[in-house]
Amino acid sequence: MIWDTLYIMRHEVLLTVLIVYQLIADLSEKTNKKNIVHATIILFFLFTIVGLVPSEPANLFGSMYVSDSLRLLMKNILSSSTLIILMQSSAWLNKPEQQHKAGAFYLSIFSTLMGMFFMISAGDFLILYIGLELATLPLTMLAAFDKELRRSAEAGAKLLMSSAVSSAVLLFGLSMTYGIYGTLHFLEIAVMQDTSALSILAIIFFLSGLGFKLSLVPFHLWTADVYEGAPLPITTYFSVVSKGAALFTLMLVLYGVFGQHSKIWSMALYFLSIATMVVGNLFALRQKNMKRFLAFSSITQAGFMLLGFMNIETLGMSTIVYFMLIYGLSNLAVFGVLSIVFNATGKESMDDFNGFYATNPRLSLIMLVSLFSLAGIPPVAGFFGKFFLFTAAASAGMYILVLIAVLNATVSLYYYLLVVKAMFINKNETPIPTLTSTVYEKIAMGLCLTGIIVIGFVSSVFDYIQSVM
Amino acid sequence: MNPLLFLLIIPALTMVGIVFTGDLKRVRIISAVGMSAQLLFAFLLLYWFFQLRHEGNTDPMLFVSTTTWYESFNIQLKFGIDGISMSMIILTAIVTFAGIFASWEVEYLTKEFFISLILLATGVFGFFISLDLFTLFLFYEVAVIPMYLLIGIWGTGPKEYSAMKLTLMLMGGSALLLVGLLGIYFNSAPAGGRLTFDLTEIAKTGIPVSAQMFFFPFTFVGFGILGALFPFHTWSPDGHASAPTAVSMLHAGVLMKLGGYGCFRVAMVLMPEAAHSLAWIFIILTTISVVYGAFGAIWQKDLKYINAYSSVSHCGLVLFALLMMNETATTGAFLQMISHGLMTALFFALIGMIYGRTHTRMIHEMGGLMKVIPFLSVVYVIAGLASLGLPGLSGFVAEMTIFVGSFQNNDIFHRVATIVACSSIVITAVYILRVVGILLLGPMTNDHYLELKDARWFEKISSVTLVAAIAAIGLAPLWLSNLLREPLAAILHQLIQ
Repeated sequence: MIWDTLYIMRHEVLLTVLIVYQLIADLSEKTNKKNIVHATIILFFLFTIVGLVPSEPANLFGSMYVSDSLRLLMKNILSSSTLIILMQSSAWLNKPEQQHKAGAFYLSIFSTLMGMFFMISAGDFLILYIGLELATLPLTMLAAFDKELRRSAEAGAKLLMSSAVSSAVLLFGLSMTYGIYGTLHFLEIAVMQDTSALSILAIIFFLSGLGFKLSLVPFHLWTADVYEGAPLPITTYFSVVSKGAALFTLMLVLYGVFGQHSKIWSMALYFLSIATMVVGNLFALRQKNMKRFLAFSSITQAGFMLLGFMNIETLGMSTIVYFMLIYGLSNLAVFGVLSIVFNATGKESMDDFNGFYATNPRLSLIMLVSLFSLAGIPPVAGFFGKFFLFTAAASAGMYILVLIAVLNATVSLYYYLLVVKAMFINKNETPIPTLTSTVYEKIAMGLCLTGIIVIGFVSSVFDYIQSVM
Repeated sequence: MNPLLFLLIIPALTMVGIVFTGDLKRVRIISAVGMSAQLLFAFLLLYWFFQLRHEGNTDPMLFVSTTTWYESFNIQLKFGIDGISMSMIILTAIVTFAGIFASWEVEYLTKEFFISLILLATGVFGFFISLDLFTLFLFYEVAVIPMYLLIGIWGTGPKEYSAMKLTLMLMGGSALLLVGLLGIYFNSAPAGGRLTFDLTEIAKTGIPVSAQMFFFPFTFVGFGILGALFPFHTWSPDGHASAPTAVSMLHAGVLMKLGGYGCFRVAMVLMPEAAHSLAWIFIILTTISVVYGAFGAIWQKDLKYINAYSSVSHCGLVLFALLMMNETATTGAFLQMISHGLMTALFFALIGMIYGRTHTRMIHEMGGLMKVIPFLSVVYVIAGLASLGLPGLSGFVAEMTIFVGSFQNNDIFHRVATIVACSSIVITAVYILRVVGILLLGPMTNDHYLELKDARWFEKISSVTLVAAIAAIGLAPLWLSNLLREPLAAILHQLIQ
């Protein structure tokens, strides 16, 4: 019995083991710090592999903890993305000025990941809230990781404030939920019929709370500053893993718990989606700093993700998960190139990429492919992801929303092309020198690139996602 | 295996070959070999096509193969061709072949140039063989996006501006198109049953009229933007003027035909009732295109701009003829697509060759070229005469068919539109003869030009191929118009009902 429980909770249990390992390893001598990075990456790789093993659906602790194929898939997406981030960050962590903090870095990352796993596996709003807090607090530490840098400290403080506010808002929503239903249990709420105004308000508050995490407009104001201030691996983590977890949680709760209110939340998300796409695009147009640029681009992408919520059946959920997978890989690849450039030269402005193709053709091509994937250009995976999201929205008859979304996709193409233009067309007297990348960075790039190119063509990926719904 | 897939495999192999070539000289040889193989294969396909028809195979589509791709959306890899797509494939193969030779002297980033160019061509081939709206749309975007790099990197003049304008306008068009396609998809099974992206299936079942009225404009304008429909044509002059030679050739010669083809195959055939009721709006717009493009060409001083505006006019004529919705005019429209594709490619090739010698495209800075580069000049005159519709060349066949066809609609609106559009023939003569007069026959303005050398072997291959094709259509138009007429008769029979 206990072994079954441990097996079902293997993601969380093994992650705890990893956290304990970090605590112990961090005690060792300074000279061994380099080994921590290697050992952690290898251990995390094994962890990811173990996580891929399928298991039967199960409810533990009186359905407080739920595990099924869909949740396993979500956790696997998050842990694979984290693995790629760990590989990309190895060069940065091995720098002398960061080395002594490697243990703290991993500890915080794994703690937030643990929190996200609990958010996804929650069968009760209580667990969900605990997971959310566990995911958020270490993130603020991570944002302020370069504590000597003013903007990093600022990012940490900003994130802490906005997370606190968003948690409060969400908690307020939960308190209303409890007031209406007398329970916080998902299964019990899902079967109750209540269409009072208060229940609508509860959903709106819950949506707003998670909207902060997903950086939906008008809850996006922290995003650009935090993305810019935080160290690059953390920014990557924000834009892929943290966003993914928030999206998955939102999806599980809206479809699974508030299913009978689908009209209300799909209407709310309809307008949030339009606002998010338009505002994200308008701000992204003028950015010169790559990190800020990607912050606004990721806001826009979040707006696209909301299109999937228009279809209130499993099709909508599959397109959301599918898009998140592709968006994650594309963003990881873009950030991977940025981190290689930043680690070597400290440059992160768009103008620095002028003439990048002449000196670094391979990295430029990776960047090109992943930007095209973000923009939704065939034949790379982003096209399929966007097309299916649009199909999901159109299946609910929301053609006007689809039209607004595709026009926004065209606008977003403009600024993605600006980066392409910088790399391939613009000339530069002092281009970024030819860079070499570490083995880890190469593997990470290879994984992302394979995913971006292959996922669209292999329909079994989408079929699999649909089969676990 | 479906032989049509070779139309995608040959370019793909060529691209792989280019990637793994170290020597830059070998890049163009591989490209030339690959695209010659493609051209030969296209003609082989044409032979098989005729053979099958000769054997009495009367299926509307030949070489059909279906593989399910995305089960949940019922997306299929369905390929097949009829006479219309067959002729388009031949056109694409010829223009791509000529384009490779016209860009023989590209020296900056040669590898990347040929890969992008062939990728563009692959998208076009894929588009013409697709019978599934999803893959059709996919290939459409594959064909459009390399344009950005091709113009942006290898272009001339305000290339960055033009590349961005062209890409964004065309992608904006594909945005509208996407809405149209999704609308078609979700209305493809009005009586219940599975939704489908399959063109032939949807044509059979039909779409509810109310849905047609909503989605027809999206689809038609979406494709129309690529077909330079007024007022969405403004990408065309800038884009064509800034693009390198081969890209202008492929873009004006082939890519713009995607627009006309799509307007007909997707918008009009799948939504015939809406096409009937809304045609008048687009007839007005295309008439403006035809006349405005021709007048625009008169005022231009840059050879490429002249040709770009003339493309707007000629492509407008294509859409104009399609909207007339009778067999003769529609056949004329497709003849015009092919004829315009060939002659505009020839024009752009020649302009590129002349520019490579004189380093200017301004007509007033040049003169008397007939004396120094007679071969190129004579070919230019041939292209010009084809463009203004001299009998014996392809332009005459196409325009004659179009105007005869459109005059068959015996109401006052169609007749007036036809008469107005007809006037473009005269205007075309003005700007073509004006260029020929100044550029080729006028006094030589620059002594430096006396040292110019005539066409080199690769330039001759490129231009002779196109001239031969233009003359072949002009002298023996029947085989082509029969190839087109047979599928069109069946489609229009359905369309008019």
